[in-house]
Amino acid sequence: MAITMTKGQVGLTGNTAVAYAMKQINPDVCAAYPITPSTGIIEDFSGYVADGAVDTELITVESEHSAMSACIGAAAAGARVMTATSSQGLALMWEMLYIASGMRLPIILTDVNRALSAPINIHCDHSDSMGARDSGWIQLYSETVQEAYDNIFLAVRVAEHPRVLLPVMVCLDGFITSHAIENISLIDDAEVKQFVGEYKAAQHLLDTDNPITYGAMSLPENYIEFKHEQSKAMAGSKEAVLDVSREFGKKFGRDYGLFETYRLEDAETAIVILNSAAGTTKVAVDALRKQGMKVGLLRPRLFRPFPFNEIAAALKHVKVLGVLDRADSMSGFGGPLFNEVRSALYDLDARPKTVGRIYGLGGRDYKLKDAVAVFGELDRIRETGKIDTLTKYITL
Amino acid sequence: MATLKELSKQDELLSGGHRLCAGCGIPPIVRLVLRAANGPVVATTATGCLEVGTTIYPYTAWRIPWIHSAFENAAATISGIETAYRALKKRGRIPEDKNIKFIAFGGDGGTYDIGLQALSGALERGHNFLYLCYDNGAYMNTGIQRSSATPFYSNTTTSPAGKVIPGKQEWRKDLTRIVVAHNVPYAAQASPHNWSDLSKKAEKALNIEGPTFLNVMSPCPLGWYTKPEDSIKLAKLSVDTCYWPLYEVENGVLKITYKPKEKKPLLDWLKPQGRFKHLMTPENRHLLDKFQERVDLEWQRLLDLDGKRL
Ligand SMILES: Cc1ncc(C[n+]2csc(CCOP(=O)(O)OP(=O)(O)O)c2C)c(N)n1
Ligand code: SF4
Ligand SMILES: [Mg+2]
Repeated sequence: MAITMTKGQVGLTGNTAVAYAMKQINPDVCAAYPITPSTGIIEDFSGYVADGAVDTELITVESEHSAMSACIGAAAAGARVMTATSSQGLALMWEMLYIASGMRLPIILTDVNRALSAPINIHCDHSDSMGARDSGWIQLYSETVQEAYDNIFLAVRVAEHPRVLLPVMVCLDGFITSHAIENISLIDDAEVKQFVGEYKAAQHLLDTDNPITYGAMSLPENYIEFKHEQSKAMAGSKEAVLDVSREFGKKFGRDYGLFETYRLEDAETAIVILNSAAGTTKVAVDALRKQGMKVGLLRPRLFRPFPFNEIAAALKHVKVLGVLDRADSMSGFGGPLFNEVRSALYDLDARPKTVGRIYGLGGRDYKLKDAVAVFGELDRIRETGKIDTLTKYITL
Repeated sequence: MATLKELSKQDELLSGGHRLCAGCGIPPIVRLVLRAANGPVVATTATGCLEVGTTIYPYTAWRIPWIHSAFENAAATISGIETAYRALKKRGRIPEDKNIKFIAFGGDGGTYDIGLQALSGALERGHNFLYLCYDNGAYMNTGIQRSSATPFYSNTTTSPAGKVIPGKQEWRKDLTRIVVAHNVPYAAQASPHNWSDLSKKAEKALNIEGPTFLNVMSPCPLGWYTKPEDSIKLAKLSVDTCYWPLYEVENGVLKITYKPKEKKPLLDWLKPQGRFKHLMTPENRHLLDKFQERVDLEWQRLLDLDGKRL
């Protein structure tokens, strides 16, 4: 899609906005393979390449496994590298996701969230990115088209931060965000250039005068030390996310933290939820507030690393929490977000009662009435002090 | 082409001290090919003996930039590296006059089997690189399991010569022909015993623009159940028996680069190898005959194509 306006409000879909951000960044190499609902990103970007709007080298690989493998090769060669995928594509990359992070390569991947087979389903849920939550990638989630667009720039800076050097995955909801048009503000090309700067790898494969070996075999004498270093970098990346977000906020006026809170300060009950469904939940919050209910919301943006302490501090005054997952980790104990939030609250002296609800799998609608019903349930728990069902499916 | 004397004076780009077995065919192949690059070269290697044996942290035998990322993706990894090179050169971040060559090394398992898709993709896209497959006829690094390159009737740990089934039942996949079908500018088969033929082919491959391919016979004393000192002799026998013909296909024209004056019986190559021991009994005589017939057939097919445009 051709976008002529570079400043002011412009109506874009999530996919178009991400592709446009990639165009503005003009990465050295992009390797990708199409899959619904992320295909539009790669199609738009291919158009930018074909029209000479970018001079990125595009590798139209034969699979997502090769997409990530080529990204790894290119990143190890010192290039700034980007890709996009969804669902089965991310699943096929799984082996290589761990290798990208283990080699500390700052690759940027947009995951347009889609359900995993079987049964095959092209619609939104978070099982794809949640399945990759332990792969060593920083994960940023996006509620809106604007946020998805902005996250791409933040991702580049965080990934390449000298104290981080880890790959970053930007997640947005398939169809709901990727295909819906929203009015967003674009950043000026020159300002993007200045914000993301030029990537200079400290060491790389094309420096033939200083040969290095990447991906050596490591035995029990040192493997755990590598992982320890990686783990420290992951934990430390939270500070980089905060720093870069602050700088972004100052420059472009949109402030992003580790998570967003909505009418949470005095809330007695609250919902924790990721991505686009937070929008619906906010509408429910406003409606119920009008009826005098003290309800609120917390929407994590950074899921990896998970900001345990900050989230616990933000939720500690809440009486009852509903954590809503658009993925089931099939553990028999709720979804991944529920488990992280519940674990984060454990060290509080007095902690909210917390229930987990799984909603919206495979694109099932999460409507205003669903959010209202959850708040109703949380309120009953608040009144009676009794939890009937700790974890269950809703929107069935 | 460089003479043997000149070659011996060049820097060794794969150092000694690696952990590959004594008598392994891989190191001489890699050393010859790296020398043929005759300038800056960057390589990747698929998981397998070459990778494991050369880079046990904190050591590395590679005196060139090198990366291993996984088993099935050497061709995709080199695609990324070579593309980054073009991207950075275009943007002036690599000097215009700097010319780097790119090589992906993979075993037969990493090339014929699990890496075939990535190889096919990289060849089709036309990246400028050499893919070198060292074919030792099995997954050696993981303990001699059959691959689609494993010779007929070979005894491996997943195609054991059992009481009922006498080893691997399938003829080997002809990968070189599959590669040629991608219309690459250059593909060839070589063997380390014929160093000048291998060097010549490597030099040619590395100087041709576009994807090129070398399939190289690589003796493995451990998996073939042979003596380390016999490796080069066995490589030669694989060629003299016409099991492993030396040929090249350049711009679609096939040329046999070595024709044995006297084609040796296949038995000469099989007999010293423990993996074919079960074929040496009178009751399995018919298997040997079948094997010989198939080798004859394949050799004749190649002779018919010699000098022709495919
Ligand atoms: C995806 C994947 N599957 C399986 C393996 C296990 N594996 C490692 S090396 C190897 C065999 C390698 O065989 P080949 O490519 O012929 O090389 P060689 O060991 O003979 O040098 C196997 C099966 C792996 N590392 N990755
Ligand atoms: S097992 Fe075979 S291929 Fe592997 S290092 Fe030993 S001799 Fe070489
Ligand atoms: Mg092998």
